[in-house]
Amino acid sequence: MKTNLIFLIPLLPLLGALFNLFLGRVIWRVAAGRDPSRRVVHFVAVGTVVASFAVALSLLVGPLFELFWKWHQGGKSGLSEALTQSVYTWIEVGNLKLDLAFRMDTLSGVMVMVVTFVGSLIHLYSTGYMADEPRYAAYFGYLNLFTGAMLILVLGDNLPVMFIGWEGVGLCSYLLIGFWFENNQFAYAGRKAFVVNRIGDFAFLIGMFLLFQAVGGLDYETLRSDAAMAAYRSPLWGERLAFWAGLFLFIGACGKSAQIPLYVWLPDAMAGPTPVSALIHAATMVTAGVYMVARMSFLYASSTAAMAVVAGVGALTALFAAIMAFAQTDFKKVLAYSTVSQLGFMFVGVGVGAYVAGIFHLVTHAFFKAGLFLAAGSVMHAMSGSGDIVKMGGLKKWLPWTHKTFVAYWLAICGIIPFAGFFSKDEILAGAWSAEGQGWLVGYGELLWVVLTVAALGTAFYMSRLYCLVFEGECRADDETRSHIHESPWSMTVPLAILAVFSVGIGFIGLPHVGGLPNVLESWLSASIARPDFHSTYPSIAESLHLSAQNHLGEGGLLLFMAIALVMGIAGIGAAWKLYRKGPSKLVADKSASGFAARIYQVVYNKFYVDELYDRIVVAPFRWACQALFDVVDKFVIDLIFVNGSAFVVGVVGRVARWVQNGQVHRYLGLLVVGAGCIFYFTREPTIDFSYTVSGGRVTFQADIGAGPSAIMSKTTELRWDFNGDGDSNDPEEQRFRNKTEAQLPIADVGSQVTLWYTDPVFKSTAKTVKPVDKNSDRVGGEQ
Amino acid sequence: MVSSIYSQITYGHFLVLAGVLFGIGLAGVILRRNALIVMMSIELMLNAANMTILTFARMHGDMRGHALAFIVIAVAAAEAAVGLAIVVAVYRARGHADVDRLSTLRH
Repeated sequence: MKTNLIFLIPLLPLLGALFNLFLGRVIWRVAAGRDPSRRVVHFVAVGTVVASFAVALSLLVGPLFELFWKWHQGGKSGLSEALTQSVYTWIEVGNLKLDLAFRMDTLSGVMVMVVTFVGSLIHLYSTGYMADEPRYAAYFGYLNLFTGAMLILVLGDNLPVMFIGWEGVGLCSYLLIGFWFENNQFAYAGRKAFVVNRIGDFAFLIGMFLLFQAVGGLDYETLRSDAAMAAYRSPLWGERLAFWAGLFLFIGACGKSAQIPLYVWLPDAMAGPTPVSALIHAATMVTAGVYMVARMSFLYASSTAAMAVVAGVGALTALFAAIMAFAQTDFKKVLAYSTVSQLGFMFVGVGVGAYVAGIFHLVTHAFFKAGLFLAAGSVMHAMSGSGDIVKMGGLKKWLPWTHKTFVAYWLAICGIIPFAGFFSKDEILAGAWSAEGQGWLVGYGELLWVVLTVAALGTAFYMSRLYCLVFEGECRADDETRSHIHESPWSMTVPLAILAVFSVGIGFIGLPHVGGLPNVLESWLSASIARPDFHSTYPSIAESLHLSAQNHLGEGGLLLFMAIALVMGIAGIGAAWKLYRKGPSKLVADKSASGFAARIYQVVYNKFYVDELYDRIVVAPFRWACQALFDVVDKFVIDLIFVNGSAFVVGVVGRVARWVQNGQVHRYLGLLVVGAGCIFYFTREPTIDFSYTVSGGRVTFQADIGAGPSAIMSKTTELRWDFNGDGDSNDPEEQRFRNKTEAQLPIADVGSQVTLWYTDPVFKSTAKTVKPVDKNSDRVGGEQ
Repeated sequence: MVSSIYSQITYGHFLVLAGVLFGIGLAGVILRRNALIVMMSIELMLNAANMTILTFARMHGDMRGHALAFIVIAVAAAEAAVGLAIVVAVYRARGHADVDRLSTLRH
């Protein structure tokens, strides 16, 4: 269904960005940050995002719901229609036609709601958190720009439009990580994020090219057409095409969504302001990869190998990031590794074909992780900006609201019923266990389940460690800091409270299939994920899709899994509670002081030395290559040969020219004489040529005396012809035309070749020319 | 036998004489530094040119060559007048008429 309002959703925040980045900054500077300018800046920033949310909501509950309902009532067969809008034709080359088109279906609808709603809250929060920021307007400009780019990413109707947003959010991420670029390390972190993302984006582009080559179009309708589905199954490099395209797109997703091996930028990205970490590096941007895989679900469903890679990488990331989070002492670093780990969960979800579970976890995670980051911001705000959890403790009596909301987020991420994380994580676990599509390795699904369950245990442990170190026990801060601890203003606590409410309640949109409970999200999303008609059209592919785990496990199995997950969560919390409730654990401190345990602790504390490894095998060789290029190409070829070389040549030529142009008439004249002599010398030999015309049984010859002084000076010509080819010019005919430039004679008198001699009247030197004559009728020939 | 001596003089002799005159004039223009001598050498070259024109006119029996020679004489007279005036003016201004030292056109 066509509608003309979708473009407003990304446009409004972009307009806000335009205003704040140009006009807002000027107003801010002129007013020196006084109150009216502050209000203008944040009213525009928050207002545009809220307005965008309102537009999205009205579209969602209005026309989109209508379409969904029609599909739902119509037996859920075929594909549900989507709201689409084509703004204009962007690229039209050959058979490639790309529109700047937006698409709002049930999947992108969910994403838009998350982005605009959480985005609005974080914008509101930022007005409090960034109150003392001198570059207030620039901050909100970037934040709005990010929101607009993210919405383009989500709403784009074809891959290149998605790529615009994909790059846009990468840019904003870079700008905001390095927002305090006066600090070198922060600027470095921004650069690192950008470069790592570029690696992924490159692969994403390759994937896109592969798809274009195979399918011939890049909009989603073309990409999931029957012709495209057939193309995905065609072989390429020993695998299906879908595998390679999916793999390259997934490498792009690894960069954006911080998965092994490209996750290293996310922990460093915590250099940015905390609301940025909440919005970009927890709730929205980093989930773009998950969204992309779900969006391209029809592609991934066509290759079990690609799904296995996605799920495997996700599971590994979930586990390793969780372990790395154990030893972190910075509040935001713990949350960063937690985010990497949770993104791994989501990738397992979409990787095993449980797309609904993956997106469900994305939604719940967006709420509770954004909340966790905002709470972190609130705590750091109170602790004079320090995020060292070893120096915190007992904060619950100073920060009642932050503490209460934090508990909700904490229980949600640990997976305690009925908080949101419980439902979504459980669906992923169940989906992993029941993954058994065609071509899956035997036991692969179960292995994924084990890895994820351990990771979930770890999650509960490190989050509880974090909670205990921050809010329980005695306060370990110094007196100076302690005297400043205060609860945050309402602009920060209200978003915290709203996010907490959602962290508790959002899980109920995706209830498990137990006792006839409705799973709203599943019905809603299955209208646009993969191809709902797979079950009838592509049964073999449909096998690898588990929109729900219901069919495979049964009610009893689901309940058992939920119980296991709950036990894991409680076990993790219990262990951490025992160890850390009274501050940093003595046991851990003792064990990590020496011996084998200490070595493991050191490895974990240093994040498995992955950064150092990358420095060695990627960064250092790259630098070396760059240095070599600089020395050879830049300094030698360009600087020395091209730049200095051309200057040297010009200098030499100039010196010679200066010697010629010395103003001395003698020398000028001398050169003139030399030149004239050259002309005479080179033209001293006479030249002669002739052409002929065959017509009506007669041949007409026309002599052409060449240029040169002798030709100019002589009035008479000394020409001798040999027409019959006997080598002399003594025959009567030839005598007759002696010294004539034109000769006409019957064709019978002309031999196979004709010779013409010319004698220079002054120097008496002779030139001759010999030419074969083609006597076919009506010919013109002999011209040189 | 005077006439036989004359009859031995061909167009070629005239052309060679003209060429020698032209060469002497050219050498004078190139080698001498005094502007006055240079002017005189130019006159010599003009006369050599006149001589070739007349020779060819006689050779081809074309009287237009004679007319051309008169035009050249007239132009040479005008050139001499202007040239000498310039030489005098330069001499007054500089105190010399050395062509090598008059190289300000270079700038």
